[in-house]
Amino acid sequence: MISQPDAGGHFGVYGGRYVPEVLMSPLEELQSTYIEAKADPAFHAELDMLLTTYAGRPTPLYYARRLSEQLGGAKVYIKREDLLHTGAHKINNCLGQALLARRMGKRRIIAETGAGQHGVATATVCALFGFDCTVYMGEEDMRRQRLNVFRMRLLGAKVVPVASGSRTLKDAISEAMRDWVTNVSTTHYLLGSALGAHPYPMMVRDFHRVIGVEARAQILKAEGRLPDTVIACVGGGSNAIGIFHPFLEDAAVKLVGVEAGGRGPKLGDHAARFAGGSPGVLQGTYSYLLQDDDGQISLTHSVSAGLDYASVGPEHAMLHDKGRAEYVGCSDADAIEAAKTLSRTEGIIPALESAHAVAEAIRRAPSEGQDQIFIVNLSGRGDKDIDIYRENLKEMDQV
Amino acid sequence: MSRIGQLFETLRRESRCGMIAYLTAGDPTPEATPGLVAALERGGADLIELGVPFSDPIADGPVIQLAGDRAIRAGTNVAKVLAIAAKIRETSEIPLLLFTYLNPALRYGFERLAQDAKAAGIDGCLLTDVSVEEAGDYVKVMRAAGIDTVFLAAPTSTDHRLKLVAEYSSGFVYLVSRTGITGERQTLSGTAFPLIERMRSLTNLPLAMGFGISTAPQIAAVAGHADAVVVGSAIVRQIEKDPEGLEAFMRELTAPLRKAAIS
Repeated sequence: MISQPDAGGHFGVYGGRYVPEVLMSPLEELQSTYIEAKADPAFHAELDMLLTTYAGRPTPLYYARRLSEQLGGAKVYIKREDLLHTGAHKINNCLGQALLARRMGKRRIIAETGAGQHGVATATVCALFGFDCTVYMGEEDMRRQRLNVFRMRLLGAKVVPVASGSRTLKDAISEAMRDWVTNVSTTHYLLGSALGAHPYPMMVRDFHRVIGVEARAQILKAEGRLPDTVIACVGGGSNAIGIFHPFLEDAAVKLVGVEAGGRGPKLGDHAARFAGGSPGVLQGTYSYLLQDDDGQISLTHSVSAGLDYASVGPEHAMLHDKGRAEYVGCSDADAIEAAKTLSRTEGIIPALESAHAVAEAIRRAPSEGQDQIFIVNLSGRGDKDIDIYRENLKEMDQV
Repeated sequence: MSRIGQLFETLRRESRCGMIAYLTAGDPTPEATPGLVAALERGGADLIELGVPFSDPIADGPVIQLAGDRAIRAGTNVAKVLAIAAKIRETSEIPLLLFTYLNPALRYGFERLAQDAKAAGIDGCLLTDVSVEEAGDYVKVMRAAGIDTVFLAAPTSTDHRLKLVAEYSSGFVYLVSRTGITGERQTLSGTAFPLIERMRSLTNLPLAMGFGISTAPQIAAVAGHADAVVVGSAIVRQIEKDPEGLEAFMRELTAPLRKAAIS
């Protein structure tokens, strides 16, 4: 059976709707709008048209021949979400939610962003639909993803720096929720990952399922069979759940999520929720959390702003406990090395987030037979990360 | 009957609107809190909300966020707040309500929290991010220990939701005067009185109103309609700025309540 939440948005014991009462009615409104839209062929027709003519779907499934030959094991295919308009998978969800905002008559959009990819995708759809757009972004993330801050402003969005807590994604979500609580009658919160209170984890996943639906058909066409392993990075987990979900019932297909291993296993040095966390409630949902003994949320670290978050989407928590998906960590250093390898073997510079998934493929492929097939979800492109690559690959940056 | 129940009976008998004072326990230090609560009581507070700090308080504005940061840095956690409550109970019978977010309570454990809170003299509990839909176990465990469970009702709540909130609440219902986070505002929201009227028609529980209420004129306006008024950020700010002046500040805010009677 395809994994679906219950009526209250629970994936097993995870998920649910843990928010102040002010937000309960707006969440109910969003849910009923989404359920109506899902049953409306005109909604799907418009979304499909935008995904095709504006965002650039379907994205290719590319056989990475030189990378595979160098690794000497499994055949590695790459799902090219990095080729989408705005440079990452995030646009899939933003187009879907923009259509819902229009249905609800809400013309002000707010969003959080970590790496800035969701912020850029949100600013883009707001320009496209003529919506007012405000994006909350941690000060630390604004510093390390400056290019995306400028892109959002160029697209007409207001970028609000968030100085509380660790000044990263978690704090940007809290600030966006405070804005939503205050301006709920006019504003839609365009949440960017499969996180938060119901219906977001289900809805965001549904908008990204297209990644896995395409990849499944493409690999069947290319190889005449399903892949052995599907690999994706997991911050909140939207690109991963998008590519995993259509494979859930294919029991022989291994699903591997890659979390940020950061600088090491000490609490505060990574964002590996499944390795170092325990269940709890943060920002509307019950899932695995990095927290201390008092239930305070821990600081996290990753070189990649998009994976630097203390919790994870609740459906991943369920897949983890059921053993349907496996979650592993990848260090900052291995991710950067993987980005270099992919750039030089295939001419594809990945986003730092996606580089974590590439690193896991590089680690696994050599010990697999040449009859094995991997699909790596390349969720975003690396232009935004050039400054971080330069800092970490200094030997290449000499004049 | 619980101390909270007794308080609202007394208020009804005296035709008086009560003052509920919020402070973040442990701000600036856990040692300071019992003295600050005593000052609030002398200044006319009828019930104290002891805020347990949480690292990610999505319903709070900057004043209470910063107080929570200070309290966490001073080592405040659920166990410390319960010790603070026990200390207050040595000299006072003022009703005490724990006010926090779900995760610290979840981590402490509902069963253990209910037992330890009761033993410390806590009378009720409010978890701002627990919707009634997710509250089943929590309410059962707290009620079994004799702890009141207070829930929030909001201007955005439908009548159906207001009924659920009343069903899950005991002691009183906390009405949020406006859509928004905690913090002082210039004017009382237009949504405040209609919410009180809607809730009155659905429940006999006492109704307290808070969020954005910080001045004597706002308190006077609410006093004619609600059974109690909640002040939070203004008190937290006073503690930050001038803790010595807290009693006098509370007395100023409760002045309109000594005059006003429930209409």
